[in-house]
Amino acid sequence: MAQPQMRKPVEYFLDNKKFLHPKLAANYGNWKYHDRPRPGVLHHVAKTGDEVWTVRAGTARQMDVFTIRKLCDIADRFAEGRVRFTIRSNIEYIVSEESKVGPLIAELERNGFPVGGTGNSVSMVAHTQGWLHCDIPGTDASGVVKSMMDALFEDFKNEEMPNRVRLSTSCCEINCGGQADIAVIIQHTKPPKINHDLVANVCERPTVVARCPVAAIRPALVNGKPSLEVDEKKCICCGACYPPCPPMQINDPEHSKLAIWVGGKNSNARSKPSFHKMVAAGLPNNAPRWPEVNAVVKNILMVYKADARPWERMADWIDRIGWPRFFEKTGLPFTKYMIDDWRGSRYNLNASAHVRF
Amino acid sequence: MAKQPHATPLLDQLESGPWPSFVTGLKRLAQDKDYVVDLLGHLEHSYKTRKGYWKGGTVGVFGYGGGVIPRFTEIKDEKTGAPVFKDAAEFHTLRIMPPPGMHYDTATLRKFCDIWEKYGSGLIALHGQTGDIMLQGCTTENVQPAWDEINQMGFDMGGAGPSVRTGMSCVGAARCEQSCYDEGMAHQKIVNNFLDDIHRPALPYKFKFKFSGCGNDCMNAIQRSDMAVIGTWRDNMGTDEALARKWFAKHGMNELVNDVINMCPTRAIQLKDAAAVGQDAHISSVKVSDAQALEISNKDCVRCMHCINVMTGALAPGNDKGATILVGGHGHLKIGATLGTVVVPFMSLKQDEDYDKMVELAKNIVDFFAENALEHERIGEMIERIGLVNFVEGLGLEVDPNMVNCPRSNPYVRTDGWDEEVAKAAARKAA
Repeated sequence: MAQPQMRKPVEYFLDNKKFLHPKLAANYGNWKYHDRPRPGVLHHVAKTGDEVWTVRAGTARQMDVFTIRKLCDIADRFAEGRVRFTIRSNIEYIVSEESKVGPLIAELERNGFPVGGTGNSVSMVAHTQGWLHCDIPGTDASGVVKSMMDALFEDFKNEEMPNRVRLSTSCCEINCGGQADIAVIIQHTKPPKINHDLVANVCERPTVVARCPVAAIRPALVNGKPSLEVDEKKCICCGACYPPCPPMQINDPEHSKLAIWVGGKNSNARSKPSFHKMVAAGLPNNAPRWPEVNAVVKNILMVYKADARPWERMADWIDRIGWPRFFEKTGLPFTKYMIDDWRGSRYNLNASAHVRF
Repeated sequence: MAKQPHATPLLDQLESGPWPSFVTGLKRLAQDKDYVVDLLGHLEHSYKTRKGYWKGGTVGVFGYGGGVIPRFTEIKDEKTGAPVFKDAAEFHTLRIMPPPGMHYDTATLRKFCDIWEKYGSGLIALHGQTGDIMLQGCTTENVQPAWDEINQMGFDMGGAGPSVRTGMSCVGAARCEQSCYDEGMAHQKIVNNFLDDIHRPALPYKFKFKFSGCGNDCMNAIQRSDMAVIGTWRDNMGTDEALARKWFAKHGMNELVNDVINMCPTRAIQLKDAAAVGQDAHISSVKVSDAQALEISNKDCVRCMHCINVMTGALAPGNDKGATILVGGHGHLKIGATLGTVVVPFMSLKQDEDYDKMVELAKNIVDFFAENALEHERIGEMIERIGLVNFVEGLGLEVDPNMVNCPRSNPYVRTDGWDEEVAKAAARKAA
């Protein structure tokens, strides 16, 4: 019998100008400056004198079709039918008349979409999939983010931070959420528990051995079956073996903790881009609202808000005040786990007599 | 009407508070779909036991080797092995490439909603961390028909696995005065040249392109992409006296000194008497008042964007625009996270041919990666293993002091090719 005819995919990429608001298309590459009339609103002026206003609102990122249709209804009735999304899942409405801004904001907020996320605010958290969809998550993503943004709601809606604040969360140490001013990342504290009955059937053992960053995994015969064993003294509990070999269960309801990192920066403004640094760990994976994590994040943010100078990002601020004073001001304990011993670690040590008192 | 919902006392706690709740969204979907009723049960189980229960597998569409992220439940009845949440036993995601800059009209978004309500869970993430439109939650059976409709509405699938991945570009020239090239066009040209590598995973590991129009790097390209295209300019910074005076009148001397001049990382900005600004060909100056002006030494400027961010429009990128190309950013894997490093300090991006040259460079880089990286090794890790010089020479690029923070500080190097290298440097200088 003949196979049913399958449709061949049409391979192509979109015309990059197809969905632009007409004013954006007309002034493409020809903008002169912008200002922010109020938090959540950008006002761009083109060299032609054309103006557009952008209203930015927060979303849950993971949206049901009813919510997306509601956002579209607002775009059609209160804006001009064209929207875009930011890298942090905020929706932006672009309008060509200033008079539309007020009613648009009112309609968004009436429907529960906070307007903000611009300038020196705390924008929405860049996050991952977590328990909802990931195959290797140590925690959830959307839930952590929801509880964080509830706590930081006013900081999203207002521009009261010294500079912009970018947050991320990641459900495993791969850190898909990315570098951020404050990042919340799972930190496993125990070696994987191996289900030796399954390894031979599920895992390509040389691949798993090769995946370990500290060469702690070796092939072994366990109960007469080919399996793997972990040198638990060497193991750094990173979880890299788990994706290629799910029987090496790294996630643990009690021992998978959360760590907080600060000072990551993607922008080249002032200082070069930098990685975030660990400042707290051992926080419980306390679903559904992770109060311990939120307390630490909020504390760091409030100290930064009170102490940093205008335009200092988290990294710039810490660079000025120094790490000893960061720990002093935030009250966070400095422990031996914060002293780097990975490759390149000597560059993170203080090889000078520059000491803060 | 869908079946009776499962009790979700933990997830219910994520419905309170002012931020939009994804749980409320899921519950709305669960009114109509047994699929989402069971998805909520599945997620509640994760919240209760604090573990994830999805495993991967192999699901795809005809003609492509990637783009669908398969998920099968692992919450099974201990005796029978049957899925406990049977209506959500399969929860695959379709990754769809967004338009550059993530611009949409509402008709397009509504079409996505209609298709996903018909074939999937009705849950859409805008957008995933790689930039895809993520249509989350589909049975194996429905993947192909859903994909057929999406493809026919004019969208194509993104990358997954060891392939070129979906690209991302900033809002850029469409709505930003700081844009230094046509990010959307660069994005489009790159993707169109790598469609085969996106859809048929055959590389050592993933390879990501990201396009940011200036050093603010809103796409986090230096950190998150294997090849980052960062807009810059090489002539003098632009200025606008009317906007500079307006800024100064509003913000005053303290902010000008503290927030602009003192924060320049290379001390390239000085405050001068308006009558005494330097006349050097590499100086930009702009009066902030009748008496005083900013003097910017463009040879000292590193195009970090700080002063332009503070005094938008009053200070601006120059006219001779293009991009700096960095290679090798990635997250924590074998060697820890790496940022990209400069491999081309400046590439002009003005004419069509300039963009074609960028595509050629990208092809060479991906070819070199395909031939030289180990399995599951990102290009940043490969460069760390083989050294930047071997990479740069392999691509036929010229070494440049902009590639390093400082020259080598240890003597452990063989320099017996010194005279030839000096001759090459002299030839570069003469060219």
